[in-house]
Amino acid sequence: MKPFNIVNGKAAPLLAANIDTDVIMPKQFLKGIDRQGLDHGVFFDQRFLTSGEPNPDFILNQSEWQESTFLVVGPNFGCGSSREHAVWGLKQLGIRALIGTTFAGIFYDNCQRNGVLIIQLPENSLLELGQVISNAKSNEIQINLQEQQIKLKDNSVTHFDIDHLRKTALLEGLDAVGSTLQRKELIDHFEHKYLKTNPWLQ
Amino acid sequence: MTSAKTLYDKHIDSHTVCKLDDDGHVLLYIDRQVLNEYTSPQAFSGLREAGRQVKRPKTHLAVVDHVNPTASLRTAEMPDEGGAQQVSYLGENCQDFGIELFDILDQRQGIEHVVAPEQGFIFPGMVVAAGDSHTTTYGALGAFGFGIGTSEIEHLLATQTLVYKRLKSMRVTVDGILGTAVTSKDLIMALIHKIGASGATGFAIEFCGSTICNLSVEARMTICNMAVEAGARGAYMAPDDKVFEYLKEKPRSPKGEHWKQAVKKWRTLRSDDDAKFDEEVKIDASCIQPMVTWGTSPDQALPIQSTIPNPELITDPHVRNDTYRAIEYMGLKVGQQLTEIPISHAFIGSCTNSRIEDLREVADVVRNRHVASNVQAIIVPGSTEVRNQAESEGLADIFKKAGFEWRQSGCSMCLAMNDDVLQPGDRCASSTNRNFEGRQGAGARTHLMSPGMVAAAAISGHLMDIRKIGQEV
Repeated sequence: MKPFNIVNGKAAPLLAANIDTDVIMPKQFLKGIDRQGLDHGVFFDQRFLTSGEPNPDFILNQSEWQESTFLVVGPNFGCGSSREHAVWGLKQLGIRALIGTTFAGIFYDNCQRNGVLIIQLPENSLLELGQVISNAKSNEIQINLQEQQIKLKDNSVTHFDIDHLRKTALLEGLDAVGSTLQRKELIDHFEHKYLKTNPWLQ
Repeated sequence: MTSAKTLYDKHIDSHTVCKLDDDGHVLLYIDRQVLNEYTSPQAFSGLREAGRQVKRPKTHLAVVDHVNPTASLRTAEMPDEGGAQQVSYLGENCQDFGIELFDILDQRQGIEHVVAPEQGFIFPGMVVAAGDSHTTTYGALGAFGFGIGTSEIEHLLATQTLVYKRLKSMRVTVDGILGTAVTSKDLIMALIHKIGASGATGFAIEFCGSTICNLSVEARMTICNMAVEAGARGAYMAPDDKVFEYLKEKPRSPKGEHWKQAVKKWRTLRSDDDAKFDEEVKIDASCIQPMVTWGTSPDQALPIQSTIPNPELITDPHVRNDTYRAIEYMGLKVGQQLTEIPISHAFIGSCTNSRIEDLREVADVVRNRHVASNVQAIIVPGSTEVRNQAESEGLADIFKKAGFEWRQSGCSMCLAMNDDVLQPGDRCASSTNRNFEGRQGAGARTHLMSPGMVAAAAISGHLMDIRKIGQEV
């Protein structure tokens, strides 16, 4: 997994509430057995017209926000289906971090497992940030994970909180399965005792 | 010092292998996982690439449900290449890693969250995770279930654990008697409307109260299933005699001495009397009316006798904008009566409402009646066993006579990953769980409601109050 440390880029606003994973990655892109080609499916019904042409009204199609690296999103982003395809697609599209107030639980975990940083800000700070990056002249920001800071173009800085465990995993690009397997003896020990106490679960 | 615990605390404590930090992260042992063909492929590929094994193959059960057609005549063929590849790869993975699979022609096939309880694969006290958000369903059995993504499926297959952060706790107490034709679907829709689509984000919900106790186990499953639409990462109820009775004769339930030991343990699974919850919500069941959604989020729901809300009257600018957008997408007018909304399709199915009790409820509405001429109505039973039972009870004949298509089992038009896809502008009364934009097909419009309400809409051709059926002039 690609480590996340200091990342610079444009941020695009997608501030509607409850943007769900069906909208982020529609059903017709879920039929693969690998993770390839999902960038094309991201926000497909909003990004493309029925003719197949890019929808000029969609923010990520507008020249000032094309190739954005960050999304500033509305509450409950990523709700609905557990499909990790939504995160794979966003990542393939070049999105490295999402900034919002609240995120759906499964989506949040999926981002973490894929090295996509989720930053949660209080509502006021988020609305302010949303305004700043909605202006094409100030939509370039820097995220410094080590320092837990978002730096705006005018050099003002917003601090964010993040669990130490998540921060370390992102900074180091850790393989979660590999890390857990280092505790195999502990798991085996737990399992042995647990199944002995609850024999109907064997 | 003794501290009172919620049942959620007890579930997590009894499954904690070790603490990982002081922020609430633990390594959580998982008892069971259900796998499907569409969220598991990349997890198995991950294992293969790293040369890893499945730690306890017997604790996983795989089912084909999301991509298969539901045409009345069942064949093993998948009509599209992608679906065929997913089904065949699931077969290959189950074979290679020693996991049991209910393939498409298996008599036990069906929607994962219908099949797992039906087969007695889930018991009280278990912690269950699966690559589908509606894994919360198992809370109705006194287990704790939650949805995970594909990376987590891989983690679980390889380690039998997940890195887990403890949630906050919410107790939803429901007392009072549900009115005539008001169901557990209406109850959970009313809760989602009350607390919002993210009202329980970051929480595990415990449902309790006399109303919950009086519900059947299947009706309780509908509630836990849809709790995720309020953002809950898990929802559960303390198991009682109804649950033990439900499980007793199931194929995989503990038998003999193990059954006795298990029930003794299961009877202890409840929150301590003085346990503290981070949030408390109370609902008076007697006030709940039959509910329908009018918008594109499950919390955009109202009692059937209501009208489409006026965004101008909403003070929060974001909610106002979302309301405008939903009304526009849904092709509705401010002030329009919900009962005046005509439908083109009626769908009865999904892990929320496709069990035998749901089908009996539908049969009671459509017996000796006929689907409106402009409506295509389909019934997709939750499992092949449910289908067989409905046939043996004579329900299937009632459905067919009333003009419903009687299908084979699968997720079908709930998320339209198979060939049951609506066209732009189609409007569907649906017993499912999500009314998102494009959920049942790009540009299609979904109204969520109970199976009985879908049946009533199918008969009348428009959304209607189930309590008025038979009273129409």
